[in-house]
Amino acid sequence: MIQFDYLFRKIVFALLTLAVIIVFNFFLFRILPGDPIKLLFRNPRMTKQAQETIRVQFGLDKPVWINTERLQSGDIGGIFDSQFGAYISNLFQGNLGISFAQRSSVNEILAERIWRTALLLFAGEVVAIVGGIIVGVVAAWRHGTWVDASALIIGLTTWALPTFFLGIILLVIARGVLPTSGMVEPGAAKEGTIEYWLDVGRHLILPATTLAVGSASAYMLIMRSSVVEVLAEDYILTAKAKGLSNIQILKNHALKNAMLPMVTIIALNLGYVVGGAIQVETVFSWPGIGRLIFDSVAKQDYPVLQGAFLLLAVSVILANLVTDVLYSILDPRIKAS
Amino acid sequence: MTVAQEFFRKPQAILGSAMLALVLIIAVFAPLLAPYDPYERLRVQPDDLFAPPDAEHFLGRDDAGKDVWSQLIYGARVSLLVGFAASLVSMGIGTAVGLISGYYGGTVGNLLMRLVDFLMVVPDLPLMLVVIAVWGRGLLNIILVIGLLGWTYTARIVRSQTLSIKERQFILRSKSIGASNARIILRHVLPQVMPLIVAQTVLDISASILAESSLSFLGLGDPNLISWGSMLNFALDRGAVSRQAWWFLLPPGFAILWVTLALILVGNSLEQIVNPRIKSHHLFDARRMVSLIIPLPPAPQSLKESQDNS
Repeated sequence: MIQFDYLFRKIVFALLTLAVIIVFNFFLFRILPGDPIKLLFRNPRMTKQAQETIRVQFGLDKPVWINTERLQSGDIGGIFDSQFGAYISNLFQGNLGISFAQRSSVNEILAERIWRTALLLFAGEVVAIVGGIIVGVVAAWRHGTWVDASALIIGLTTWALPTFFLGIILLVIARGVLPTSGMVEPGAAKEGTIEYWLDVGRHLILPATTLAVGSASAYMLIMRSSVVEVLAEDYILTAKAKGLSNIQILKNHALKNAMLPMVTIIALNLGYVVGGAIQVETVFSWPGIGRLIFDSVAKQDYPVLQGAFLLLAVSVILANLVTDVLYSILDPRIKAS
Repeated sequence: MTVAQEFFRKPQAILGSAMLALVLIIAVFAPLLAPYDPYERLRVQPDDLFAPPDAEHFLGRDDAGKDVWSQLIYGARVSLLVGFAASLVSMGIGTAVGLISGYYGGTVGNLLMRLVDFLMVVPDLPLMLVVIAVWGRGLLNIILVIGLLGWTYTARIVRSQTLSIKERQFILRSKSIGASNARIILRHVLPQVMPLIVAQTVLDISASILAESSLSFLGLGDPNLISWGSMLNFALDRGAVSRQAWWFLLPPGFAILWVTLALILVGNSLEQIVNPRIKSHHLFDARRMVSLIIPLPPAPQSLKESQDNS
């Protein structure tokens, strides 16, 4: 049985975090230097009619936070008749606004791109987790030897390396061998066919590797020190005295305990990985959320920027919640007594 | 043995300090060391664009015909300035939050730690990107954003140290002779936590420098300043890859790597001295240990909480 009290607190915290992010997101884009209405209307291609639609939709003719006028006249429901109220209600209807730069809604733009970023993140993280754990365990087991020292030096160097620079190095090295830009060769294969997905796979190699190396070094270093620490425990000495082989000790005694910090680190690292994805997508023109953020910054496309940030933050918060649940299943100490 | 003596007995500490000292000297004496002024407007010939290294331009020239070596030297100033200034901000906030929540505890302490949890969950880079995109790309904004988001580890370390220090005898004795809380915190707790704060801050500087270079690379650096990240932004944007202009692509990246690696080496050495942990384990011969050990991250909050409860 999972300890429900623990889970309950985690869920409440995740919900609170979400609420803070949502309020912050509103606040951030309303304290823009200059009039937010003018900013929304900075798009020169917008017609008078479209301007009016937006004005009504975002409640821009209303007060920012609370409609005190309606409140004073005794109308409690008027509290939410404000820009903030309109923002929240739009958000819950899944309406993130309309892009300045493209003629489509932010929802459509994000929906088209989110799975591409998810694919990149998934591929990169799987490689990073598996690779990081294996190298980390081997380095810890051979603690103090040249194996450990070289794993450590390589790990530290790749850890200190900015993700985008690692991408640039791989880009220079693999140019001509592997595709370095985009997700598919335009017009090469029809969407949905096997050739198409093979092409996506080929385009995925460089960005996913870049993303994986950065995370793998962090996982490796943590796994290494975690296993080293566990191996210094007295119960390992006991196991050794019982005559168990090193492999048995590692597998049955050390790994199980060393895995727990890994779960926490993988969760904490998620925010960092998402940041890495923005850099990787920029270097390799991978058409996901990260590249979208980069392009939107250059075009000052605030609605898209706002939506993309919200989407990333919500995903990371939810993923953290999932890891917390996972943690409570993995760690017997969290189970109810 | 003093901390300084112990520090300079570690090979990685000496290496890191030397690497860092070199960059500091270059940054301080940039106008004397740089052969050209990278902020000067140039009249260029078509041949000057992406010109490979030659006798006059040791690292060749960029897409606008400017000397890459001089830009690299001036770039050190921006990286170090942002790194140190932002870390100073996060050191101040982290120390204050850690001391207050550790010493007083209670509702305020709990709320502060929830704020820490919140900041640890929210993805840093996207948050910095939107804030800078909205606030504007000035140097001060960049320093503030990085500093305001980077204090969580310091706060956690200071808090856990404060929690253990405040239980010691001498704190009780100071209290009994009438010392105020402020005096105890500033005169007794802070000096004890200070070494750990310094070690963590050195590591924070490297993280701040990485954050600044990522922002600049993504086109959100200060538009009036040359930094290593913005050099790489220009290099990638203006087609240095297809021109195979390695002299423009590689040096800024290796400069970032050089500084962050130096700071990590120094920070880790300091942390090992002031916060000694694992010395050996039972599967291997302790005599063959290399001195390099990565410090463990702070224990997961969730685990600690649940242990307290059960």
